Amino acid sequence: MSDATITRSDEAALVAAARAKATVFDIFWQFLIIGGTSFGGVVPYLREGLVTKCHWVDDKEFVELLSISQSLPGLNATNMAILLGDRLKGWMGAVAGILGVCLPGALIMLAVGMFYRIHGDHPYVTYCLRGVAAAAAGLLLATCIQLGKKSLSHRFDLVFVLVTVLCVNRLHLGVPKTLVIVGLLAIFFHYPRKSEKAEVSQ
Amino acid sequence: MNELGTLVRVFAYLSILTVGGGMAAFPEMEHLTVTVHKWMTSAQLVHMYSVGQLAPGPNMMMIVSIGDWAVWEASGSMALGIVGGLIVVVAFFGPTALLALLVGRAWNKLEKWPWRLSIQQGLAPVSVGLLLAGTLSMAKTAVTGWTTGGIALAVLLTMLWRKVNPALLVLGGAVAGFIAFMPK
Repeated sequence: MSDATITRSDEAALVAAARAKATVFDIFWQFLIIGGTSFGGVVPYLREGLVTKCHWVDDKEFVELLSISQSLPGLNATNMAILLGDRLKGWMGAVAGILGVCLPGALIMLAVGMFYRIHGDHPYVTYCLRGVAAAAAGLLLATCIQLGKKSLSHRFDLVFVLVTVLCVNRLHLGVPKTLVIVGLLAIFFHYPRKSEKAEVSQ
Repeated sequence: MNELGTLVRVFAYLSILTVGGGMAAFPEMEHLTVTVHKWMTSAQLVHMYSVGQLAPGPNMMMIVSIGDWAVWEASGSMALGIVGGLIVVVAFFGPTALLALLVGRAWNKLEKWPWRLSIQQGLAPVSVGLLLAGTLSMAKTAVTGWTTGGIALAVLLTMLWRKVNPALLVLGGAVAGFIAFMPK
Protein backbone atom coordinates (compact mmCIF):
# COMPACT_ATOMS: atom_id res chain seq x y z
CA MET A 1 0.00 0.00 0.00
CA SER A 2 2.76 2.41 0.95
CA ASP A 3 4.53 1.58 -2.35
CA ALA A 4 1.51 2.66 -4.34
CA THR A 5 1.23 5.87 -2.31
CA ILE A 6 4.87 6.72 -2.91
CA THR A 7 4.64 6.07 -6.65
CA ARG A 8 1.53 8.18 -6.93
CA SER A 9 2.98 11.12 -5.05
CA ASP A 10 6.21 10.75 -7.06
CA GLU A 11 4.17 10.93 -10.21
CA ALA A 12 2.32 13.98 -8.90
CA ALA A 13 5.65 15.68 -8.08
CA LEU A 14 7.00 14.78 -11.52
CA VAL A 15 3.92 16.27 -13.20
CA ALA A 16 4.07 19.41 -11.05
CA ALA A 17 7.76 19.93 -11.86
CA ALA A 18 7.28 19.30 -15.60
CA ARG A 19 4.32 21.72 -15.69
CA ALA A 20 6.25 24.45 -13.91
CA LYS A 21 9.03 24.20 -16.49
CA ALA A 22 6.82 24.09 -19.61
CA THR A 23 6.91 27.18 -21.83
CA VAL A 24 4.47 28.22 -24.55
CA PHE A 25 7.08 27.19 -27.12
CA ASP A 26 7.43 23.73 -25.48
CA ILE A 27 3.69 23.24 -25.88
CA PHE A 28 3.82 24.29 -29.54
CA TRP A 29 6.82 22.04 -30.19
CA GLN A 30 5.38 18.96 -28.48
CA PHE A 31 2.05 19.29 -30.29
CA LEU A 32 3.91 19.92 -33.56
CA ILE A 33 5.70 16.58 -33.11
CA ILE A 34 2.40 14.84 -32.34
CA GLY A 35 0.73 16.58 -35.29
CA GLY A 36 3.54 15.49 -37.61
CA THR A 37 3.91 11.85 -36.55
CA SER A 38 0.43 10.64 -35.57
CA PHE A 39 -0.25 8.39 -38.54
CA GLY A 40 -3.49 6.44 -38.30
CA GLY A 41 -5.14 8.14 -35.31
CA VAL A 42 -3.97 10.74 -32.87
CA VAL A 43 -4.96 9.47 -29.39
CA PRO A 44 -2.11 6.95 -28.77
CA TYR A 45 0.43 9.57 -29.88
CA LEU A 46 -1.14 12.16 -27.55
CA ARG A 47 -0.79 9.78 -24.61
CA GLU A 48 2.78 8.86 -25.51
CA GLY A 49 3.84 12.50 -25.87
CA LEU A 50 1.89 14.16 -23.06
CA VAL A 51 1.88 11.46 -20.35
CA THR A 52 4.92 9.26 -20.97
CA LYS A 53 7.39 11.71 -22.47
CA CYS A 54 6.56 15.17 -21.07
CA HIS A 55 4.74 14.25 -17.82
CA TRP A 56 2.40 17.22 -18.30
CA VAL A 57 -0.54 15.09 -17.12
CA ASP A 58 -0.90 11.70 -15.45
CA ASP A 59 -3.04 8.95 -16.94
CA LYS A 60 -6.06 9.86 -14.84
CA GLU A 61 -6.10 13.50 -15.96
CA PHE A 62 -5.39 12.42 -19.55
CA VAL A 63 -8.50 10.22 -19.57
CA GLU A 64 -10.52 13.04 -17.98
CA LEU A 65 -9.39 15.55 -20.63
CA LEU A 66 -10.10 13.00 -23.36
CA SER A 67 -13.64 12.48 -22.11
CA ILE A 68 -14.26 16.26 -22.07
CA SER A 69 -12.86 16.39 -25.63
CA GLN A 70 -15.17 13.64 -26.79
CA SER A 71 -18.33 15.15 -25.35
CA LEU A 72 -17.72 18.51 -27.05
CA PRO A 73 -18.03 19.28 -30.75
CA GLY A 74 -14.65 19.40 -32.44
CA LEU A 75 -11.99 16.80 -33.04
CA ASN A 76 -10.19 14.97 -30.25
CA ALA A 77 -6.76 16.16 -31.34
CA THR A 78 -7.63 19.86 -31.41
CA ASN A 79 -9.81 19.80 -28.28
CA MET A 80 -7.03 18.05 -26.34
CA ALA A 81 -4.52 20.67 -27.53
CA ILE A 82 -6.82 23.46 -26.33
CA LEU A 83 -7.68 21.89 -22.96
CA LEU A 84 -4.12 20.90 -22.08
CA GLY A 85 -2.51 24.06 -23.46
CA ASP A 86 -4.94 26.16 -21.40
CA ARG A 87 -4.22 24.20 -18.20
CA LEU A 88 -0.48 24.65 -18.70
CA LYS A 89 -0.18 28.23 -19.95
CA GLY A 90 -3.61 29.79 -20.32
CA TRP A 91 -5.01 30.86 -23.69
CA MET A 92 -1.51 31.34 -25.14
CA GLY A 93 -0.76 27.69 -24.39
CA ALA A 94 -4.07 26.69 -25.98
CA VAL A 95 -3.27 28.62 -29.17
CA ALA A 96 0.27 27.16 -29.26
CA GLY A 97 -1.12 23.64 -28.85
CA ILE A 98 -3.75 23.85 -31.58
CA LEU A 99 -1.37 25.55 -34.03
CA GLY A 100 1.24 22.86 -33.45
CA VAL A 101 -1.12 19.94 -33.84
CA CYS A 102 -2.75 21.32 -37.01
CA LEU A 103 0.25 22.72 -38.88
CA PRO A 104 1.93 19.55 -40.26
CA GLY A 105 -1.30 17.90 -41.43
CA ALA A 106 -2.56 21.17 -42.96
CA LEU A 107 0.64 21.66 -44.97
CA ILE A 108 0.64 18.03 -46.11
CA MET A 109 -3.01 18.20 -47.20
CA LEU A 110 -2.37 21.50 -48.99
CA ALA A 111 0.36 19.77 -51.03
CA VAL A 112 -1.74 16.63 -51.54
CA GLY A 113 -4.71 18.73 -52.71
CA MET A 114 -2.54 20.57 -55.25
CA PHE A 115 -1.07 17.30 -56.52
CA TYR A 116 -4.58 15.85 -56.80
CA ARG A 117 -5.87 18.88 -58.67
CA ILE A 118 -3.10 18.52 -61.25
CA HIS A 119 -2.76 14.73 -61.48
CA GLY A 120 -6.08 13.51 -60.01
CA ASP A 121 -7.42 12.33 -63.34
CA HIS A 122 -4.32 10.35 -64.30
CA PRO A 123 -5.52 6.73 -64.69
CA TYR A 124 -2.90 5.27 -62.31
CA VAL A 125 -3.88 7.79 -59.62
CA THR A 126 -7.57 6.97 -60.16
CA TYR A 127 -6.98 3.24 -59.67
CA CYS A 128 -5.21 3.85 -56.37
CA LEU A 129 -7.78 6.40 -55.18
CA ARG A 130 -10.69 4.02 -55.73
CA GLY A 131 -8.92 1.50 -53.50
CA VAL A 132 -8.04 4.16 -50.93
CA ALA A 133 -11.65 5.40 -50.74
CA ALA A 134 -12.96 1.84 -50.31
CA ALA A 135 -10.43 1.18 -47.55
CA ALA A 136 -11.41 4.43 -45.81
CA ALA A 137 -15.08 3.37 -45.92
CA GLY A 138 -14.21 0.05 -44.26
CA LEU A 139 -12.13 1.89 -41.68
CA LEU A 140 -15.02 4.22 -40.81
CA LEU A 141 -17.46 1.35 -40.43
CA ALA A 142 -15.03 -0.36 -38.05
CA THR A 143 -14.81 2.89 -36.04
CA CYS A 144 -18.64 3.03 -35.84
CA ILE A 145 -18.74 -0.50 -34.42
CA GLN A 146 -15.86 0.03 -31.98
CA LEU A 147 -17.22 3.37 -30.78
CA GLY A 148 -20.72 1.92 -30.42
CA LYS A 149 -19.45 -0.97 -28.28
CA LYS A 150 -17.45 1.38 -26.10
CA SER A 151 -19.76 4.36 -25.63
CA LEU A 152 -23.35 3.07 -25.61
CA SER A 153 -24.61 2.57 -22.07
CA HIS A 154 -28.09 1.12 -22.69
CA ARG A 155 -29.53 -1.39 -25.16
CA PHE A 156 -32.22 1.11 -26.21
CA ASP A 157 -29.43 3.47 -27.37
CA LEU A 158 -29.31 1.45 -30.61
CA VAL A 159 -32.75 2.91 -31.44
CA PHE A 160 -31.34 6.44 -31.07
CA VAL A 161 -28.45 5.46 -33.36
CA LEU A 162 -30.87 4.22 -36.04
CA VAL A 163 -33.22 7.22 -35.71
CA THR A 164 -30.23 9.55 -36.09
CA VAL A 165 -29.14 7.79 -39.29
CA LEU A 166 -32.68 7.87 -40.69
CA CYS A 167 -33.12 11.59 -39.87
CA VAL A 168 -29.87 12.52 -41.63
CA ASN A 169 -29.74 10.14 -44.58
CA ARG A 170 -33.41 9.38 -45.34
CA LEU A 171 -35.47 12.32 -44.05
CA HIS A 172 -32.66 14.79 -44.90
CA LEU A 173 -33.41 16.80 -41.75
CA GLY A 174 -29.81 18.01 -41.61
CA VAL A 175 -27.38 17.50 -38.75
CA PRO A 176 -28.45 20.52 -36.59
CA LYS A 177 -32.14 19.59 -36.41
CA THR A 178 -31.32 15.91 -35.91
CA LEU A 179 -28.88 16.80 -33.16
CA VAL A 180 -31.45 18.90 -31.31
CA ILE A 181 -34.40 16.51 -31.72
CA VAL A 182 -32.74 13.11 -31.20
CA GLY A 183 -30.15 14.57 -28.83
CA LEU A 184 -32.80 16.01 -26.48
CA LEU A 185 -34.84 12.78 -26.58
CA ALA A 186 -31.75 10.73 -25.75
CA ILE A 187 -30.64 13.10 -22.98
CA PHE A 188 -34.09 12.95 -21.36
CA PHE A 189 -34.06 9.16 -21.75
CA HIS A 190 -30.86 9.20 -19.67
CA TYR A 191 -32.26 11.74 -17.14
CA PRO A 192 -30.41 11.79 -13.80
CA ARG A 193 -31.84 8.97 -11.72
CA LYS A 194 -31.47 8.98 -7.97
CA SER A 195 -31.39 5.18 -7.94
CA GLU A 196 -28.30 5.11 -10.15
CA LYS A 197 -26.06 5.84 -7.21
CA ALA A 198 -27.49 2.85 -5.37
CA GLU A 199 -26.96 0.63 -8.42
CA VAL A 200 -23.36 1.71 -8.75
CA SER A 201 -22.57 1.16 -5.09
CA GLN A 202 -24.07 -2.33 -5.11
CA MET B 1 -12.80 37.95 -52.68
CA ASN B 2 -16.34 36.60 -52.51
CA GLU B 3 -15.32 32.95 -52.25
CA LEU B 4 -13.31 33.50 -49.05
CA GLY B 5 -16.29 34.86 -47.12
CA THR B 6 -18.47 31.97 -48.25
CA LEU B 7 -15.76 29.46 -47.26
CA VAL B 8 -15.47 30.97 -43.79
CA ARG B 9 -19.23 30.84 -43.27
CA VAL B 10 -19.55 27.26 -44.54
CA PHE B 11 -16.67 25.85 -42.51
CA ALA B 12 -17.45 27.76 -39.30
CA TYR B 13 -20.95 26.25 -39.55
CA LEU B 14 -19.59 22.75 -40.25
CA SER B 15 -17.26 23.16 -37.27
CA ILE B 16 -20.08 23.10 -34.71
CA LEU B 17 -21.61 19.99 -36.31
CA THR B 18 -18.58 17.83 -35.51
CA VAL B 19 -20.20 16.20 -32.48
CA GLY B 20 -18.36 13.00 -31.64
CA GLY B 21 -15.88 13.45 -34.49
CA GLY B 22 -15.30 15.11 -37.83
CA MET B 23 -17.30 12.61 -39.83
CA ALA B 24 -20.55 13.82 -38.21
CA ALA B 25 -20.30 16.88 -40.45
CA PHE B 26 -19.74 14.88 -43.64
CA PRO B 27 -23.33 14.70 -45.00
CA GLU B 28 -23.71 18.46 -44.52
CA MET B 29 -20.22 19.06 -45.94
CA GLU B 30 -21.09 17.06 -49.04
CA HIS B 31 -24.35 18.96 -49.44
CA LEU B 32 -22.70 22.39 -49.10
CA THR B 33 -19.46 21.82 -51.04
CA VAL B 34 -20.88 19.64 -53.83
CA THR B 35 -24.57 20.50 -54.31
CA VAL B 36 -24.85 24.10 -53.10
CA HIS B 37 -21.50 25.71 -53.94
CA LYS B 38 -20.29 23.23 -56.59
CA TRP B 39 -16.66 23.51 -55.46
CA MET B 40 -16.04 19.84 -56.30
CA THR B 41 -17.80 16.55 -57.13
CA SER B 42 -18.80 13.88 -54.59
CA ALA B 43 -16.07 11.59 -55.91
CA GLN B 44 -13.43 14.30 -55.50
CA LEU B 45 -14.58 15.05 -51.96
CA VAL B 46 -14.49 11.35 -51.02
CA HIS B 47 -11.03 11.00 -52.60
CA MET B 48 -9.71 13.95 -50.59
CA TYR B 49 -11.22 12.62 -47.38
CA SER B 50 -9.75 9.17 -48.00
CA VAL B 51 -6.26 10.31 -48.89
CA GLY B 52 -6.47 12.49 -45.77
CA GLN B 53 -6.45 9.30 -43.71
CA LEU B 54 -2.78 8.94 -44.67
CA ALA B 55 -1.81 12.33 -43.24
CA PRO B 56 -0.85 12.70 -39.56
CA GLY B 57 -2.63 15.07 -37.18
CA PRO B 58 -6.33 15.81 -36.76
CA ASN B 59 -8.72 13.90 -38.99
CA MET B 60 -10.61 15.95 -41.63
CA MET B 61 -7.56 18.04 -42.53
CA MET B 62 -8.75 17.56 -46.13
CA ILE B 63 -10.80 20.72 -45.54
CA VAL B 64 -7.54 22.55 -46.43
CA SER B 65 -7.64 21.01 -49.89
CA ILE B 66 -11.27 22.06 -50.33
CA GLY B 67 -10.48 25.68 -49.43
CA ASP B 68 -7.41 25.73 -51.65
CA TRP B 69 -9.33 24.12 -54.49
CA ALA B 70 -12.36 26.47 -54.30
CA VAL B 71 -10.31 29.70 -54.21
CA TRP B 72 -7.77 28.52 -56.78
CA GLU B 73 -10.60 27.60 -59.16
CA ALA B 74 -12.48 30.90 -58.62
CA SER B 75 -9.49 33.25 -58.77
CA GLY B 76 -7.10 31.34 -61.01
CA SER B 77 -4.31 32.18 -58.57
CA MET B 78 -2.35 29.43 -56.84
CA ALA B 79 -1.15 31.82 -54.11
CA LEU B 80 -4.71 32.89 -53.25
CA GLY B 81 -5.62 29.21 -53.18
CA ILE B 82 -3.08 28.61 -50.42
CA VAL B 83 -4.53 31.53 -48.45
CA GLY B 84 -8.00 30.01 -48.93
CA GLY B 85 -6.81 26.66 -47.58
CA LEU B 86 -5.30 28.20 -44.46
CA ILE B 87 -8.33 30.43 -43.80
CA VAL B 88 -10.55 27.36 -43.90
CA VAL B 89 -8.44 25.74 -41.14
CA VAL B 90 -9.10 28.73 -38.88
CA ALA B 91 -12.81 28.76 -39.72
CA PHE B 92 -13.18 25.02 -39.17
CA PHE B 93 -11.21 24.72 -35.92
CA GLY B 94 -11.80 28.18 -34.42
CA PRO B 95 -15.39 27.93 -33.14
CA THR B 96 -14.97 24.53 -31.46
CA ALA B 97 -11.59 25.62 -30.04
CA LEU B 98 -13.22 28.60 -28.34
CA LEU B 99 -15.98 26.37 -26.98
CA ALA B 100 -13.43 23.85 -25.66
CA LEU B 101 -11.54 26.67 -23.95
CA LEU B 102 -14.67 27.95 -22.19
CA VAL B 103 -16.05 24.54 -21.22
CA GLY B 104 -12.60 23.37 -20.08
CA ARG B 105 -12.44 26.30 -17.67
CA ALA B 106 -15.98 25.72 -16.35
CA TRP B 107 -15.48 21.97 -16.08
CA ASN B 108 -15.00 21.79 -12.31
CA LYS B 109 -18.43 23.32 -11.79
CA LEU B 110 -20.02 21.24 -14.53
CA GLU B 111 -18.63 18.01 -13.12
CA LYS B 112 -21.03 18.04 -10.17
CA TRP B 113 -24.04 19.00 -12.30
CA PRO B 114 -26.39 15.94 -12.33
CA TRP B 115 -27.39 16.45 -15.97
CA ARG B 116 -23.79 16.27 -17.16
CA LEU B 117 -23.79 12.47 -17.15
CA SER B 118 -27.21 12.47 -18.85
CA ILE B 119 -25.88 14.72 -21.60
CA GLN B 120 -22.82 12.54 -22.04
CA GLN B 121 -24.86 9.32 -22.12
CA GLY B 122 -27.52 10.84 -24.35
CA LEU B 123 -25.10 12.34 -26.86
CA ALA B 124 -23.20 9.03 -27.19
CA PRO B 125 -25.79 7.25 -29.37
CA VAL B 126 -26.41 10.43 -31.40
CA SER B 127 -22.64 10.74 -32.02
CA VAL B 128 -22.46 7.12 -33.17
CA GLY B 129 -25.52 7.71 -35.37
CA LEU B 130 -24.01 10.84 -36.93
CA LEU B 131 -20.75 8.97 -37.56
CA LEU B 132 -22.68 6.10 -39.13
CA ALA B 133 -24.73 8.52 -41.27
CA GLY B 134 -21.49 10.16 -42.47
CA THR B 135 -19.96 6.75 -43.13
CA LEU B 136 -22.95 5.65 -45.21
CA SER B 137 -23.03 8.82 -47.33
CA MET B 138 -19.30 8.46 -47.91
CA ALA B 139 -19.57 4.73 -48.69
CA LYS B 140 -22.28 5.42 -51.28
CA THR B 141 -19.62 7.14 -53.37
CA ALA B 142 -16.67 4.95 -52.36
CA VAL B 143 -18.22 1.48 -52.64
CA THR B 144 -19.53 1.04 -56.16
CA GLY B 145 -19.10 -2.64 -56.96
CA TRP B 146 -17.67 -5.99 -55.94
CA THR B 147 -14.03 -4.89 -55.95
CA THR B 148 -14.45 -1.76 -53.81
CA GLY B 149 -16.92 -3.66 -51.60
CA GLY B 150 -14.34 -6.42 -51.12
CA ILE B 151 -11.59 -3.94 -50.18
CA ALA B 152 -13.90 -2.18 -47.68
CA LEU B 153 -14.97 -5.50 -46.14
CA ALA B 154 -11.37 -6.73 -45.88
CA VAL B 155 -10.36 -3.52 -44.06
CA LEU B 156 -13.41 -3.72 -41.77
CA LEU B 157 -12.68 -7.31 -40.74
CA THR B 158 -8.96 -6.66 -40.27
CA MET B 159 -9.73 -3.70 -38.02
CA LEU B 160 -12.19 -5.68 -35.92
CA TRP B 161 -9.92 -8.69 -35.45
CA ARG B 162 -6.44 -7.24 -35.24
CA LYS B 163 -4.74 -4.13 -33.98
CA VAL B 164 -3.29 -2.63 -37.16
CA ASN B 165 -2.31 0.97 -37.87
CA PRO B 166 -5.23 2.29 -39.98
CA ALA B 167 -2.85 4.26 -42.22
CA LEU B 168 -1.26 0.98 -43.32
CA LEU B 169 -4.68 -0.40 -44.29
CA VAL B 170 -5.38 2.72 -46.38
CA LEU B 171 -2.03 2.20 -48.15
CA GLY B 172 -3.01 -1.45 -48.66
CA GLY B 173 -6.24 -0.18 -50.25
CA ALA B 174 -4.21 1.91 -52.71
CA VAL B 175 -2.16 -1.13 -53.73
CA ALA B 176 -5.27 -3.33 -53.99
CA GLY B 177 -7.05 -0.68 -56.08
CA PHE B 178 -4.06 -0.28 -58.39
CA ILE B 179 -3.81 -4.04 -58.99
CA ALA B 180 -7.56 -4.58 -59.33
CA PHE B 181 -8.45 -1.64 -61.62
CA MET B 182 -5.31 -1.64 -63.80
CA PRO B 183 -6.43 -2.75 -67.29
CA LYS B 184 -5.02 -6.24 -67.88
